[in-house]
Parts: sequence; C-alpha cells; structure tokens
Amino acid sequence: MADLAFDPKAVEQLSPPLVTGQPSLHDVTEAVSIHTELETHRNWYIALAISGSITLLLGSMLAYLVATGVGVWGNNNPVGWGWDITNFVFWIGIGHAGTLISAILFLFRQKWRTSINRFAEAMTLFAVACAGIYPLVHVGRPWRAYWLFPIPNADLAMWQNFRSPLLWDVFAVSTYATVSAMFWYVGLIPDLAIIRDRATTKLRHTIYGIASLGWRGSATHWKNYEKAYMILAGLSTPLVLSVHTIVSFDFAVSIIPGWHTTIFPPYFVAGAIFSGFAMVITLMVIARWVFKVEHLVTMTHLENMNKVILATGTIVGYAYATEFFIAWYSGNEYERFTFINRAMGPYAWAYWSMVSCNVISPQFFWFKKLRTNIPFMFVLSIFVNIGMWFERFVIIATSLHRDYLPASWGYFRPTIVDILTFFGTFGLFITLFVFFTRFLPIIAVSEVKGMMIQTEHEKHYLPATTAGSPESVRAH
Amino acid sequence: MADHSSIHGVVADFSSPDTLLDAVKAARAQGYTKMEAYTPFPIHGIDEAMGAKPSILGYIVLCGSATGFTTAVLLQWWTGTIAYPLVISGKPLFAFEFGFPVMFELTVLLSAFAAVFGMLGLNGLPRLSHPIFNYSGVAGSSDDRFLLVIEASDKRFDANATKDFLASLGAEKLEVVEA
Repeated sequence: MADLAFDPKAVEQLSPPLVTGQPSLHDVTEAVSIHTELETHRNWYIALAISGSITLLLGSMLAYLVATGVGVWGNNNPVGWGWDITNFVFWIGIGHAGTLISAILFLFRQKWRTSINRFAEAMTLFAVACAGIYPLVHVGRPWRAYWLFPIPNADLAMWQNFRSPLLWDVFAVSTYATVSAMFWYVGLIPDLAIIRDRATTKLRHTIYGIASLGWRGSATHWKNYEKAYMILAGLSTPLVLSVHTIVSFDFAVSIIPGWHTTIFPPYFVAGAIFSGFAMVITLMVIARWVFKVEHLVTMTHLENMNKVILATGTIVGYAYATEFFIAWYSGNEYERFTFINRAMGPYAWAYWSMVSCNVISPQFFWFKKLRTNIPFMFVLSIFVNIGMWFERFVIIATSLHRDYLPASWGYFRPTIVDILTFFGTFGLFITLFVFFTRFLPIIAVSEVKGMMIQTEHEKHYLPATTAGSPESVRAH
Repeated sequence: MADHSSIHGVVADFSSPDTLLDAVKAARAQGYTKMEAYTPFPIHGIDEAMGAKPSILGYIVLCGSATGFTTAVLLQWWTGTIAYPLVISGKPLFAFEFGFPVMFELTVLLSAFAAVFGMLGLNGLPRLSHPIFNYSGVAGSSDDRFLLVIEASDKRFDANATKDFLASLGAEKLEVVEA
C-alpha cells in the first residue's frame, strides 16, 4: 500500500513545510519563549528610547491640540477632513490584516497562519489604538467624547442620531477594538501559561500565573477553549468586513461627488487587507530576523502573504478603474469633474503616487523570484503602505477641495502639528510592539505545536489515503 | 478501600499524544471514569475517548447574540421615537434599514463577551491554585509532555493498583499527587 507511486518530494513541492529544520516540541517552546526570559538587551532599551521619545512627541502634539483647538491642524473650509481622518482610516485599515489572518484564515483551515497570527493580531490592536486617537481628538472637545456613546447623562440631555453613519462608526470601531483585544488575549492564555511554567523567579511565576488565569491545559479546558476560539473567529470574520464597510459609509452615505458611490464598501475592505498585509510583511521581516524564528516564520509564510498582497492590490487597481468608468458613465458632470480633477488637478501628484504604489508595484509579485526575495518584499511593502495612505488622502482631499461654487475652492496643506502627530502615532505603534516582543510570546506556541503534530499525522496517513484513488497518484 | 481524601490522584506522564490517547482509551476500558488529561495543545479525539460531552458554549453565545440584537433594536427605537424624536428630512424615526449596522455590531459584541466569559466560566477560570500544580513535572504539560490523571474520586481508584495499571500503559513517570 504505502509503496505506491508516492513521491514525498512532489508532495513537499505542493505544500512546502511550514516549520523547517524539524524541531521538537520542546525546541519550539524554547525558540518562542527565550526572548521573554533573557536579560534585557541593550538594543531593547535603545529601541524603547527612540520609539518612546516619538510617543512623547505624539503626547505633546495632542496636548497642544486639546489646549488650543482643532485650528492647529490644516483642516479648514472647504477641506474639513484632512490628515485626521486620512490617518484614522489608514491605521484602522492596517489592523484588518491581523483579523483576516487570525479569523478568516482560521475558518478556511489555512495552517500557515499559525506562525504569524499572534504577531498580526498584536498589530491589529496597536493599529486600532493609533486609529482611535483621531476620531476622539478631532471632535474638537475630546473631554466630551463620551457624548458619542448612548450613555444617559444630564449635560447632553439628548440622544444620538442613529441615522448617522458617523455613529455607526463609533459602534463598529469600539466593537472591533474590544473583540480584537479579547480574541488576542484568549489566544495568549495557554502561551502565558507556558511562560509561567518556565519561570525561574517567584515574581515572574506570579505575574504570568495571574495573566494566564491559572490555565491548566486540561482536556476540558481545551474543549471549551477551542469552541470559544472558533466562535470568536466566526464572529470576527463578518466583523472585520463590517468595520471597513461602515468606515466607507462615513463617505459613501454623504452626497459629496467622489464619495457617494456603492463601490466603497468592497473597495475599502480590499484596500484595508492590502495595506494590512503589507504592514505584516514590513514588521515580520524584521521580527523573524531579530528574534531568530526564521524556521517558524518561513519563506512559505512570506510568499503566501505576498500573494495576498498581489491579489488585493489588483482588486484595488480594478476598483480605481471602475470608479473612473462609473464617473463617466453616470453622466453626472460633478462626478466627472471630480475624477478628472483627481488625476489631473492640483492633487495629481498624490493621485499618481497612489497609483504607482498601489496598482503598479504589487504586480512585481507575479514573479516568484521577486516575491521570495526578502529585501525586495520589504521595500515593496513600504511602497504599498505609502500608497494606501495616499489613497485615503486622495479620496478625502480631492473630493472636498473643489466645492460646488468656485468661490469656495481651496487647497489642503498640513501644518507641522499634523505631520508630527502622524509621525508620533508610529512612535506609539512601535513602542507597543517593543513591549509586546519583550514580554509576550510573539508566536502562538500551542497552535504551532498542534499544527506540527497534525501535519506529521497527515504525512503518515497520506500514502494510505491516496491509495484509495490511484488516478490521483498517477497524475503526479 | 483506603481513605483518599488527601490525594488528588495519580499522574501518568507520557511522551506523545498517541500514547496518551491509547492510555485514555485503555483506562476507560478498565472502567475508570474520573480522569483528566493535561496537554500542551488540544488533542483531537480525546473528548470522545474520555467520554466527555461536547461544549455547551454555543448556547451561551446564542443567548449573548439575542441579548445584543434586542438591546440594539430597543435602544435605537426607544431613543429615536420616545425619548428624543429628531425629525430630519421627513425620514422615519426608526427603521431597520438604518438601524442595521448598530444591531449587527452589538450582536457581535455581546456574542464575543459571552464566548470569552462563557469559556472562562465553563473552565472555572480564573483559578490560580489547583492540585495538578503539585505534580513535580507539571511544567512539562505546557511544553512537550502529555499527562493523564486518574482522580482519587473515581470509584475504582486505588493508589497502588491504579499506579501499576498506568505503568503498564507506557507512562514514563508516575506520581501520586496531593490534593
């Protein structure tokens, strides 16, 4: 039976190994836990000093904004939404890849996700934290931000308007942040227990013991845990699609030319996944090298992500083309003007930066040589991030800067506060990562182990099962 | 039968999920019912082997979903039509169409809360102290060891006989654990 025309090499080519070098289960525990246990490296302090300073810059910019008013930004008539909403959509979009990897790929039984999901989920949380800053501070009086929520209170003396997409957005983003945080923490519980069990000091044992809630890894625990994980994945999948759909409603439900289109929800979701995967590549290329987990986050993982970037980048390019076609086909002169102005008006530089980064650059990933080349994919992923930032900027600025009356035309210029605030959010993002990579396992250890055992079993049984259908064996 | 009140059970330490699974099946065949396995990752088929019932978490989550959906409908209907009717362009004060996004989000939010807290509740967590932590090799159960505990509360439990039985199943280490 087993010696049928079964060629392990051919199988390996079809589904390359997700963990290379055949480590034992203990090796995996070791590789993932060790970076939380070693003496703090000097470079860690250097990284924290740099990113922490940038975060302080963000804090001071926000303090200045709150103390002075939204006028410190470049937002003004007619461009009432500027970098604040651009950056909000940019950050929230980045988060979506994390949920896609953790939830959607889980439901599709994509085993390759196990090595990268923890990291990608962390990215989601930190990106949502950066995104959340903007809607809170751009309301003008952030100390009244609780008015966004339907909380009975005496000083507002009225209720929210549930017909407004901006209110839907409050619900979507806060639900997304909460559910992502819970999903991430649930995934962490068994791995925190690993660090607890390896602890050499009483203090460490206590802290990780409390954080892991006393997890024992009993069969009963795992039974309920797997169920909870699957339900959370099932909930997060429509959730992530709904969040960017609702973010796009902020635009699409208005009647501004260039915003009022039905293509926005799918186009925003594809763009979000596109930018998020690019961010995962940017971060993962660095992390797998710094933490020496190249055998767990292999070229297969990177290549798969690059394929997703290629696919979603192509969808985004197609959406750009469709927008133009519909603008012409609608016969609406304002709509036509907006799009011609986008490509040839004062913001043409931004539009064409967007097109080159988002439409042209991912096409290089058709070539296997390029999508498996680490320096190349690193640079390209940064291009994609720049391009996706420009996409949001182009959508917001070009649609607003030409009002119906030429007397109210304008041009948006960011102020130094705009620029430093945006720069500062990267500081916050990286600082959170610096803490995450120091104190928590960056790879979902128990999931990787389960995947290794399962793969081993499948290999073991493969010859027997293929024997059942001789045609499929001969086909190789 | 001896008094086992100070004993939690006998721990058998296995090196692979397959030997553990075989041991669970053998223990069931022997008539043991009160047992628990401790493993670094979920082992498929172990619940069936142990005769455990499927998780009821799904029903808890369903209650969460229903609560979330109802809350969202009532919240939007009551605030919009009773508490603070706001007439805008002659649009209806309440409609399912515009209410849908919030209904969806609250349904997901409360379902997720039910899933997480329901899971913790069913697992009896947080609970920082448990007899299994008295086992000298417990750290292995989150690394690369697979433990089977036959608990003292089992009718057939007898420290020595149970220990001998588990040894015959290929356990690499055996220990009687205090409660």
